[in-house]
Amino acid sequence: MTAPAYPHRHLLGIEPLEASHITAVLDTAEALREVLDRPIKKVPALRGKTVVNLFYEASTRTRASFEIAEKVLSADSLSIATSTSSVQKGETLLDTAKNLEAMNPDMIVLRHSASGAAHFLARHCRSAIVNAGDGAHEHPTQALLDALTLRQRKGRLEGLRVAIVGDVLHSRVARSNVWLLTKMGARVILCAPPTLMPPGIETLAPTTYRIDEAVEGADAIMMLRIQQERMTGGYFPTLREYHARFGLTEERVRLAKKDVLILHPGPMNRGVEIASEVADGPYSVILDQVTNGVAVRMAVLYLLLGGAEAA
Amino acid sequence: MTDRLLLKGGRVIDPGRSLDADLDLLLVDGEVAELDTRVAARGAEVIDVSGLVVCPGFIDLHTHLRQPGREDKETIATGTRAAAAGGFTAVCAMPNTEPVNDQAGITRAILEAEYGDLREAGCVAVSDDGRPMASARMMRRALEYAKAFDLTVIDHCEEPTLAQGASMNEGPVATMLGLRGAPGAGEAIMVERDVLLAELTGGKLHIAHASTAASVDAVRRGKARGVRVTAEATPHHLLLTDELVRTSEYDTSTKMNPPLRAEEDRQALIQGLRDGAVDCIATDHAPHTVDDKKVEYDAAAFGIVGLETAVALCLDRLVAAGLISLGRLIELLSTRPAAILGLPGGTLAPGAPADVTVLDLSRRHKVDPARFLSKSRNTPFGGWTLKGAPALTIVGGRVAWGHGR
Repeated sequence: MTAPAYPHRHLLGIEPLEASHITAVLDTAEALREVLDRPIKKVPALRGKTVVNLFYEASTRTRASFEIAEKVLSADSLSIATSTSSVQKGETLLDTAKNLEAMNPDMIVLRHSASGAAHFLARHCRSAIVNAGDGAHEHPTQALLDALTLRQRKGRLEGLRVAIVGDVLHSRVARSNVWLLTKMGARVILCAPPTLMPPGIETLAPTTYRIDEAVEGADAIMMLRIQQERMTGGYFPTLREYHARFGLTEERVRLAKKDVLILHPGPMNRGVEIASEVADGPYSVILDQVTNGVAVRMAVLYLLLGGAEAA
Repeated sequence: MTDRLLLKGGRVIDPGRSLDADLDLLLVDGEVAELDTRVAARGAEVIDVSGLVVCPGFIDLHTHLRQPGREDKETIATGTRAAAAGGFTAVCAMPNTEPVNDQAGITRAILEAEYGDLREAGCVAVSDDGRPMASARMMRRALEYAKAFDLTVIDHCEEPTLAQGASMNEGPVATMLGLRGAPGAGEAIMVERDVLLAELTGGKLHIAHASTAASVDAVRRGKARGVRVTAEATPHHLLLTDELVRTSEYDTSTKMNPPLRAEEDRQALIQGLRDGAVDCIATDHAPHTVDDKKVEYDAAAFGIVGLETAVALCLDRLVAAGLISLGRLIELLSTRPAAILGLPGGTLAPGAPADVTVLDLSRRHKVDPARFLSKSRNTPFGGWTLKGAPALTIVGGRVAWGHGR
């Protein structure tokens, strides 16, 4: 018997995955994506499986994306957000998860502000755990959907030059993408003001403080969200200066390859990290990312829950 | 009736007197009475310690007993029993209890509780442990005022604004894990500051749980200038690095303050043990309940228990590993801690307190937290196989703990 294409019980991060596991998810997503174009967008692959989406942080895109993926694959799902759950009453993460587990779900999709929260649940729960973003650690399905988008447009990941620009310090998206792209043979360069560059990140990928250097000759540019509160935290003086020094403008896009792709995990701050003309311009694949997000999450659900019937 | 205990046939090591020989040791009425090649029993209880190492009782300068306030984590009774089981005959209880032990009344209340087997009379030092002193002026005053009573200031060195929100060491590992890190510089800044203040005031400064290369260097330079400064290191900082947070996948028993540092820091601490920049080994025994640890990494309490693992870890990973001699280890655990705080122990000279630790260098065992006498189990060393362990702990001439007893 050959080894399964995706041999893990959970998806906690990209770091522990091998290139072949990543390819398996992307190939599965590619195959399942077609379902989304059908008039009746539903296959019975996960009928009888229960998935709980446990979201401790606000999220529009990721949560909706998981919910749609679950519905398309016919899984039974429910979503719990902090504002409506007993978390407000001071229940611990473990108690909440244990209570949910008593209802025998097959999977818990967790979004949490604490790095390692998904590992914590995986250690103490029976369900398969999917990390939908943990603190500043990882956001594996985001990196997978970014990779799917790049692969569709470029036909490959290997050898691509990818610039990741913005608040790398606080970004789980950046970390997951660095792991994934590096494992797949792409060349990543990170760009941020020194205050938003995490110490020691250069052990994972080359860095620069000059955006022009980062985007020059790039096949793809991934922009990261800048949160307003970073300004008051003393990371940089003003949003105006941030945009002037580190923002992606049309002028800077011209330094990249002619067929460059612009990605952003959302939500965007127009006029801060990215100019509107770029976000809405011809190189932007930001909305493709959203569509691919559903396909990638379908693939993850399918692979982890061992869908019985082919789609 | 007199209390007489004869330890027969052991290898006696007393580094303070450059002694390493096979001798009998007679303890009478809580004091060392006689140490000779052959001592007659004369009615004393005799314990055969042939094949074992007999040394002055180990003293832990850094223990959190949690009483009063958090008796769910530890009490003086359980903490001192754990200490005895770990080969310690005395512990220095840190004052960050609830309420904080900064008044004689509270000290007395703590002491009036069942201090029992391990006797420790009076406060021997003042400390800001767990609540670093941000104000240089306050630290200056503490060092100055303490001089009048010959008290040592035990200093938890941590620049609070740099460590804010941190749950591990700053560096590549924290970056990979997405955890906020405290830079080593935040510790060294305070060590440098307080060494300078000790120099200014002539006060006696003891650096608690030094964890970085720069801290060790600051102490070393201070000593070379004649500053009255000493430093301790913990077994976990000597043996583990922040890499363990990653390989253990956010196991909260790797979370403590100061945090596990980088390999070059660990190496510098070991070098400090060898050249004297680091004076002693202390446990920073910090018991916590399961509830305080079985949570997300960011939310978990800082600290690990250490009393019942420290000696065995040091025997196996420092002495057997050839990094320091057995004599040096005994100095680090007994002679020096006693000297730093001016405690009466730390020697087996006749007339010294009959506090004795007996070691079995050949006993192999596996660290099993379920069998700890401490109330708490929070250790990253569970499952480690170690060679060498305490065999017998004698406090005030009486057996406080013995392996298999």
